[in-house]
Amino acid sequence: MLDKALDGSKKYWTWILFLLAVIGVGMANYMKQYEYGLGVTGMSRDISWGVYIAQFTYLVGVAASAVMLIIPKYLHDYKKFGKIVILGEFLAISAVTMCLLFIVADLGQPMRLMNVILYPTPGSILFWDMIVLNGYLFINLLVGWTTLAAERKQVPPPAWIKPFIYLSIPWAVSIHTVTAFLYAGLPGRHLWLTAIMAPRFLASAFASGPSLLILLCLLVRKISKFDPGKEAIQTLAKIVTYAMIINIFFLAMEFFTAFYSNIPGHMAPLQYLFFGFHGHGNLVPFMWASVIIGIASVGLLINPATRQNEKILAFAAAGIFIATWIDKGIGLVIGGFIPNMFETVTEYSATGTEISIALGIWAIGALVLTVLYKIAISVKEETGGEEVH
Amino acid sequence: MSMDRRDFLKIAGITGLLGAGVAAVSGKMPGILEAAVTSPNSNALKAKQWAMVIDMRKFKTQDDYKKVIHACHSIHNIPEFGNPKDEIKWIWTDKFEHTFVGQEHEHISEAVKEKPFVLLCNHCEKPACVRVCPTKATFKRNDGIVMMDYHRCIGCRFCMAACPFGARSFNYRDPRPFIKDNNPKYPTRMKGVVEKCTFCVERLDEGLMPACVEACKDTKALVFGDVGDPASEVRKVLKDNFTIRRKPELGTSPSVYYIVGGGENAG
Repeated sequence: MLDKALDGSKKYWTWILFLLAVIGVGMANYMKQYEYGLGVTGMSRDISWGVYIAQFTYLVGVAASAVMLIIPKYLHDYKKFGKIVILGEFLAISAVTMCLLFIVADLGQPMRLMNVILYPTPGSILFWDMIVLNGYLFINLLVGWTTLAAERKQVPPPAWIKPFIYLSIPWAVSIHTVTAFLYAGLPGRHLWLTAIMAPRFLASAFASGPSLLILLCLLVRKISKFDPGKEAIQTLAKIVTYAMIINIFFLAMEFFTAFYSNIPGHMAPLQYLFFGFHGHGNLVPFMWASVIIGIASVGLLINPATRQNEKILAFAAAGIFIATWIDKGIGLVIGGFIPNMFETVTEYSATGTEISIALGIWAIGALVLTVLYKIAISVKEETGGEEVH
Repeated sequence: MSMDRRDFLKIAGITGLLGAGVAAVSGKMPGILEAAVTSPNSNALKAKQWAMVIDMRKFKTQDDYKKVIHACHSIHNIPEFGNPKDEIKWIWTDKFEHTFVGQEHEHISEAVKEKPFVLLCNHCEKPACVRVCPTKATFKRNDGIVMMDYHRCIGCRFCMAACPFGARSFNYRDPRPFIKDNNPKYPTRMKGVVEKCTFCVERLDEGLMPACVEACKDTKALVFGDVGDPASEVRKVLKDNFTIRRKPELGTSPSVYYIVGGGENAG
């Protein structure tokens, strides 16, 4: 099926070339980082994780969201998702690829990466994250490719693939739970030391991933002959709505516990993020933008009239994606380090080199997604998108 | 150096034999040989759990702090970058309110409020950094010292996120050009790895006290010893004085104790 990726329009190739250019610039900057060390980034002794780990965390959520298509389709036989379930699986592959690259980009000694396998340490959550992420990548590659190949031949998918499909459901939950445990088990980082870290991660994942999928479905319909279906998109929108409301609810719970208990350590990072702390507040405008965009988008999604208007829906989906990205792709990770262990504040801002490397990895993800979607859509255009049972 | 064919073959032959010899020896080892002490020093200091008491009453002048920090940083090849972003530090000072977060109050004595406190790795009995490390590059020795293997560290900095005491530094760039006086007896580090105080394991192995402890031995501002030995000096000091530890509520059980003192220790 790979040949489908090589047979594209001029627009397709222009897009591919553009992505390759962004990747090239990112690679050049990564070489600079590889030579000099992580000092080329904005990270410091106090803020020891930055953009890379934040992107990794956000994208684990996007990856996990494929399960929001798998569950309705395979557990509830919701046929409308039959056409687009492959889009969710391929999005997961692209997202996990980016996750792994962001971890590698963040390592001080990337050549020693294999030490995680050579000296396996089950007590470390990072060890388990390595296992669940690679496992999830493998499952989605296997399931996505096998089901698509069957669809192309207009035969039902082989029976042996079913267990892998069911396995992908708890596995999707596991990748985000384990990633939340990276943070939630650390003593002394008050923003992260919360039992609802994993539930929060899952809620924001099931808002952010499906909202990106809505945008992708609308785009696919526009640029190809394959129509994911209005009803499928509407169902996705309802999933996003519920998930985002739960996500906002969870954030409100964090506020209640911190501020009603009035424990300084618990309040400090939230104060820094939303109101400023000891005169520092670089992220305050971003966090409020996240809250306002998030709530406004939920408003547009709750109201059936606006949700069913696909132009407005696209707007709202983009809003959710941006709001959750600011919350998790910036605020959550940076906020965990502020104030530092001495209750003082070191601010963080990403450098150009760091941003370019991050954009390069996003571009690799977009490239993987483009190629996979091209293949999937070419098959769908041949078969009319109907699968065989 | 010029080398003719004959010399080359000689050297190649010897190298080959050596290689085969090493391979034969290491082949007999069960599993991977992780580390070995070739000739254990009989003077080496041993303990169940090394610990330190920092007697802040004994730190009176700027010089008292300087000599302690210098003793450590000069022998351990700590670079000086001149900026807080890349900073590497094993032992340093900070205010009371930053050292004992949450313990300060409005009416605290001026002397305590303004006094610099000495900070270093706490060599916790239940270290969070060791728990999170994905490669065992940071590990706890039998004598309680939390150690680093600079050759195994992948630079993920999970330990820095986990340490509640801000004791760890990361080599954001090559430290070697920034080391003032290189001490050839102690290894320098490379970029991309984490480092911190090791309670001077290399000195304990030779029967010596940690460098910082030795630097202030006249005042006994730092008392070092085995907290597992009831007869040790640290145990005596802990018994005779009121001491506190940093963030004990987090359950890491730090091995560094502080005698804060009262107003008499105005510095």
